[in-house]
Amino acid sequence: MIPVSVNPSEPPSDKDVGEPTLDSSGLPEHASAEEMRESASRERREKLKMFLTNWQGVIGLVLVIMFFASAIFAPVFATHDPNALDIPARLSYPTLDHFAGTDQLGRDTYSRILYGGRVALKVAAIGVSISLVVGLILGMIAGYGPRWLDNFLLLMFDTVRAFPTIVLALATVALTGPSLAIVLTIVIVTSIPQYARVARTATMTLRNTDFIMAERSLGASTGRILMHHIMPNVVGPLLILAAMDVPVVVTVEAGLSFIGLGVLPPTASWGTILNEGYLVIRDTPWMVVAGGIPLILTTLGFTFLGEALRDVFDPRMGKGR
Amino acid sequence: MLFYLVKRLGLSALVIALVVLVLFSLLHLIPGDPATIALGPRATPEAIARYAAKMHLDEPVWRQFLIYVGNAVTGDLGVDVFSDRNVTAVVGDRIGFTLALICASMGWAVLLGLPLGCLAAVRPNSWLDRVTGVLSVGTIAVPSFLVSIWALLIFAVELRWLPAIGAGEPGDTMDQLSHLVLPAFAVGLSWVGYLARMVRASMLEVMAEPYIRSARAFGLRPRKIVYGYALRVAILPTITLIGMGFGGLISAAVFAEIIFARPGIGKLIYDAVMARNFPVVQGAVLVATAMYIGIVLMSDLLIAWFDPRVRESL
Repeated sequence: MIPVSVNPSEPPSDKDVGEPTLDSSGLPEHASAEEMRESASRERREKLKMFLTNWQGVIGLVLVIMFFASAIFAPVFATHDPNALDIPARLSYPTLDHFAGTDQLGRDTYSRILYGGRVALKVAAIGVSISLVVGLILGMIAGYGPRWLDNFLLLMFDTVRAFPTIVLALATVALTGPSLAIVLTIVIVTSIPQYARVARTATMTLRNTDFIMAERSLGASTGRILMHHIMPNVVGPLLILAAMDVPVVVTVEAGLSFIGLGVLPPTASWGTILNEGYLVIRDTPWMVVAGGIPLILTTLGFTFLGEALRDVFDPRMGKGR
Repeated sequence: MLFYLVKRLGLSALVIALVVLVLFSLLHLIPGDPATIALGPRATPEAIARYAAKMHLDEPVWRQFLIYVGNAVTGDLGVDVFSDRNVTAVVGDRIGFTLALICASMGWAVLLGLPLGCLAAVRPNSWLDRVTGVLSVGTIAVPSFLVSIWALLIFAVELRWLPAIGAGEPGDTMDQLSHLVLPAFAVGLSWVGYLARMVRASMLEVMAEPYIRSARAFGLRPRKIVYGYALRVAILPTITLIGMGFGGLISAAVFAEIIFARPGIGKLIYDAVMARNFPVVQGAVLVATAMYIGIVLMSDLLIAWFDPRVRESL
């Protein structure tokens, strides 16, 4: 066997050599393809069983499905037009006609909550997926690229992290005015660093493993190594992080809309419902109660789901946190 | 330690410099004349000219930046557009309310969360551990601004036990404290869960270490082992968490101040944004951010002080 040498253009950093290589399967070195496939499917079954016996995970999954279903099928579940006014029936208690009461203009709070879920879903889906992709790319560049680029990117992440989210949002909205696009931008900018940091750490652990070195000595380009070999190994933990990030994103949207810096009335969002409820809190408690419950159920659902996924797929990540 | 100190200080200074640059360019990045933006569309041309001269807007951008930095370093953060007062003084008036809120929130969270985490770790899977576990996930999942609204609804509007808005009469300590209770409860609640969880996890890890086993073998009292040896090590990740979570704490405090109409720095920024009072926005955001960076720095230095491994790894 020819000894594989490290590409001379890439100075080996002695810092990472001692790291244990990623070998989670625990397979013997000369397992046949057949055996590997079988053990992989067995492992998958075991993980599914582990997940289904985790009561938090199951509750989380149910809540998350409820969140998606109620947002996507809002027109089906809604009992009223979310913007239909009915002034005589304003500030009503929950009744058979209005499951969650009505607001100061007589609009049906239950239907508005369903449509508000669509805003939350939109922000969560777009915000989380864009920040995940950008964070993944930046993180891999920082972890695999030259040292100065790594340092520069880390400094950028630290600068973004230096702003408390809401303070950054206030400063931005002060100049641009409130809109859904601004909420999304803030969510994305503040979320990117955490994805990038996780991707960077994982990339740095991988870059000196045998299979990457072998690939490099065979003459694979950096792009190919990153896309075909590093990315599949990095993306898993990021997906778990994404599940945990959804509550944060949904809360930022609701919070900004609540103080009038996000989605603007009359559009229904959980934040605007809470805002309108806050203004009439001395007349009726029902709006702030009803507006808060879906927010809690959603954050709880994604937190449970994310933690269960982490426990199943990456038990090490849970330690020391 | 000295090298580590210098390095961390330098890095923090660099980050603050970048924050200043971002805050400064915010005004210049958006299209339009900063004076018109600052004073609004209805401002008279004379007012705009006066504002432009006062803010050095007629100078080149790089000079404006240098002037801004120079002033900021000497503690001059510009002038409030409406009251003509110095922004530094305006921020100074308000910051005490925010600091009091943050300290009170963190205080009760630490006093409750730390022992809860310890007790849960000492007896894993006991009923106390289970209750703590459910409680922590529950409190972490509820957004703090929602806790504020609901606390306002329950304790101020429905039960009328505590005052709803303001910070109390100046000079009347009891009144001020009673105005502090609800916001501090709302801001600190999720931290009780966080801390209990964190302390429990790291305590469990530390309790499995060989030196704790040795201490047990020597027959030391369990209380001494837990609080004298294990907690001292287990507390380290928690200090980092508190430092890192400080930004979240400021965000929660901003919401609590808006909801309870408490005249802190968060309410100041919010009101300034609503009134388009840009010098106040800039100055107050800079102070809030610098405060945050300072806290993170302090927690990092504390860790390095306690744990030699950290300062050697850099």
